[in-house]
Amino acid sequence: MENAKEKMIFQADDFDRLPPPSQTDAAIARKQTTYWKDVWRTFKKNRTAAVSLAVIFLLILLVVFGPMMNEFDYRTNDYSALNQSPNAVHWFGTDNMGRDIWTRIWEGGRISLLIAVLATLIPEVIGMIIGGVSGYFGGWLDTLIMRFIDVLMGIPSLIYMILLMLVFGSGSIMTLIVAMSLTGWMGSARATRGLVLQIKARDFVTASETLGASPWWIIVKRLIPNTLGIRVVGITMSIPSVIFYEAFLSYIGLGVTPPTPSWGQLIKAAGENFRYYPYQFIIPCVMVGITMLCFNLVGDGLRDALDPKLRG
Amino acid sequence: MGKYVLNKVLIAIATIFVLATATFFLMKLIPGDPFASLKTKAAVQEKQREYYGLDQPVTVQYFRYMGNLLRGDLGWSLKKAGRSVVDIIREAFPVSAVLGLTSLFFSVLIGLLFGILCAQFRNRWPDYLLMLVAVLGIALPSMVLGPLMRYFFGVQLKWLPVVGWGTVDKMIMPAIVLGLGTVAGETRAMRASMLGVMTQDYITTARAKGLNSAQVILRHEVKNSLVPIVTGLGPGIAGIMMGSFVVESMFLIPGLGRYFVDSITNLDYPLIMGLTIFYGAFLVTMNLLVDVVYGLLDPRIRESGKKGGK
Amino acid sequence: MAEKILDVKNLVVTFDTYQGSVQAVRDVSFHVNKRETVGIVGESGCGKSVTIRTVMGLNPKSNGSVKGGQAFFEGRDVLRLSEKEIRDILGNRMSMIFQDPFTFLNPTMQVGKQITEVYLRHHKVSRKEAEEKALSILRLISLPNPEQNMKRYPHQLSGGMRQRVMIAMALICEPAVLFADEPTTALDVTIQAQIIDLMNSLKEKTDTSIVLITHDMGVVAKMVDRLYVMYAGKIVEQGDADAMFHRPRHPYTWGLLDSVPRLDERTKEELHSIPGMPPDLIAPPEGCPFAARCRYAMKICQRQMPDAIPLEEEGHAAACWLCHPEYVKQYGVTRREGKENGQ
Repeated sequence: MENAKEKMIFQADDFDRLPPPSQTDAAIARKQTTYWKDVWRTFKKNRTAAVSLAVIFLLILLVVFGPMMNEFDYRTNDYSALNQSPNAVHWFGTDNMGRDIWTRIWEGGRISLLIAVLATLIPEVIGMIIGGVSGYFGGWLDTLIMRFIDVLMGIPSLIYMILLMLVFGSGSIMTLIVAMSLTGWMGSARATRGLVLQIKARDFVTASETLGASPWWIIVKRLIPNTLGIRVVGITMSIPSVIFYEAFLSYIGLGVTPPTPSWGQLIKAAGENFRYYPYQFIIPCVMVGITMLCFNLVGDGLRDALDPKLRG
Repeated sequence: MGKYVLNKVLIAIATIFVLATATFFLMKLIPGDPFASLKTKAAVQEKQREYYGLDQPVTVQYFRYMGNLLRGDLGWSLKKAGRSVVDIIREAFPVSAVLGLTSLFFSVLIGLLFGILCAQFRNRWPDYLLMLVAVLGIALPSMVLGPLMRYFFGVQLKWLPVVGWGTVDKMIMPAIVLGLGTVAGETRAMRASMLGVMTQDYITTARAKGLNSAQVILRHEVKNSLVPIVTGLGPGIAGIMMGSFVVESMFLIPGLGRYFVDSITNLDYPLIMGLTIFYGAFLVTMNLLVDVVYGLLDPRIRESGKKGGK
Repeated sequence: MAEKILDVKNLVVTFDTYQGSVQAVRDVSFHVNKRETVGIVGESGCGKSVTIRTVMGLNPKSNGSVKGGQAFFEGRDVLRLSEKEIRDILGNRMSMIFQDPFTFLNPTMQVGKQITEVYLRHHKVSRKEAEEKALSILRLISLPNPEQNMKRYPHQLSGGMRQRVMIAMALICEPAVLFADEPTTALDVTIQAQIIDLMNSLKEKTDTSIVLITHDMGVVAKMVDRLYVMYAGKIVEQGDADAMFHRPRHPYTWGLLDSVPRLDERTKEELHSIPGMPPDLIAPPEGCPFAARCRYAMKICQRQMPDAIPLEEEGHAAACWLCHPEYVKQYGVTRREGKENGQ
């Protein structure tokens, strides 16, 4: 306060009035970044998640091109080269029938990842349709579907899956995907329904009435970007659990049938003589481990990036 | 609270009913004849079908099955001569329950503790260390962890018996294999939940009261963080159960999980059916209990009857 | 001079965010006398809550940091106390009422427990005695059916009752200073009036000094003895309630006063809002932060902001070139338009 008493040297024009404030000048708002750009930026900053994403891309590349990188195929037995440790010819060694493990790993990865992706996306879409219908039409249909979902969610999906595998006959990739799809759509249906109800309450009346667009079209148009945003974490997280289910079903003898490899199948086959040929066991385990880990970490990263509350 | 519980009980009963019905008809759809594989004469197979009531129309079989179910009769095993499904459950369930509960108890306790520590030391070394454990729990499913542990602790170091059941030392490895996933899941869930609670306004109030960190954590943070965690217990129990299929087969433990896996390999239909319904009913009951506990923890839910906590 | 119970000097607080460092509080000084009610008024984001939370040591340590200043409370600089020492003061000698009585009460704890918890923390008494004390304080603030309501959970109480519970929590240890951060904002108008009346009556019944933080000049008018107006992390005007309401000198204070609806005034005057937005505190303007929104802005305002310039009345000061003796000498005193000489 004392400073004000100090002699202050003023310039001649110091007390000249400025033009009155205009709204545009005054609004020096902070630069607005778009939502997804923001999410992506936060995600990239999370080094674990970014590295995991890179590892997933690498795995996908290997799964696609790995089997072509040497001359072996996944089912030709070579009895002159049984149970070889990893070497220059067989990079990951051979199994008890002389098959090249490198090729089988990536061939198996194709199957495991294919199952994982399809058994995640198909139920997601089924759920979106059922949830969308339920929320859109409302009324008794909605009540019926929701009660049905309540009941189905109560049944442990694994048991249900096992029964379906028994019914459809285990062994084929299709069966696995169908069984997993039939047991996994409920969560997505619930989420979608909630969203549809929200959109209906907010936009549907105004937007459709003023623009004359079909409300169904508006819901679909609004639904897909919104659901993706909300479900993307769930989808990412469900891939590792599907990989785990596949491995589990293979373990109890309900997975794909040999000689078709899948990671679960490879683990099960090698687990029996782990003590003698540990590499046969460890390599597919590492693949499953890395995949599950990376998808989980990417999911974590996405969730942190999407949830502004946790941003620090 | 009464209405809330009643609603949950009704859904649970409906669930068990649907499950039993679905199981029955799905089993009828399974291709293949359980008796065909047996090396017996056609006439004998016919007699067996008649004995098991399989010659009757499906609807008759269904009502008979449901009737028996209500009386607690799950039928007879096809492959284990002279043993009823209920007998098998009675003998094997306690084994699974002891293993499962021990594992669940310790893994939930450890998981919650880890989660709390992670949240309190967010982005510092204890957090990273414990999250590494949690991450390993995710990356090592039981069929991977089991053989690894058996090899190192059983074969190499000879600290623990490789297989078997009946003594405490035989239980340690299976319990760890079974519980690691739960530890991982609970750690992550508790960490996330707690980080959410820590930014809540009422935590500021608690700190403004002059409470020390321990009091704030124990009285205000933990209880509120537990609310969403409790709902995760249902899937946790299911996870332990699922793990028990692998672990019991791997460690040769005479529990329900091993019988279930065996019954699938043997196509022992009545046993599959009985165990499926038993498992289903068990999990539904567990979920019901979880819901009730959830209602007790969060007073808001009791009244609304909805999961309005978050 | 009255005894100063709290004396904050040159407080500077910045927060690190990932967009940059936010200079939330920029050289703020204020004091609170014994048994006095002081208001700190400003738009949201002006740093008033941060100031108070810094004094109470409640800012998250990860990104909030005190860059300078002192805050003397009962003779000690609370900014330099250990965690334990500050905890012994919080809830006890210094307590706080928060804005939203719903989110600031623990949803899974009975309100009675939340009240007694404070007392048990700071006094060596039995649970029974603490409950007695809580009951007496609840009666003092006239919460209906205190015995039953103590066993209830927050969601079972109305907004006004919840705010009363908050007040009980803050008062149970008979603090020297009570900070009230927007205590009425989340409540509806009739309840607001009740809470204001209640707080006014508490001024009579207790020895507690109250610091009221709000954006609402209307609320302040009914309660405070002295007033600080804060803008963009700085105090722009301060003085006794009478001077501040009747002879304000800072254009921002005028803007705040113009935005209060007055039912007792017959003039068909428009209700004003201040145009524009507060500046970005990551890169605050060099000159007066209000210049961009000020109708009286001059060239010098863009270059430099004056320190608080003392005015004729004791304690009244404003940080505005319009009040500078040099300006007054040349152009005379500028007053709030349409309110010449106060009325």
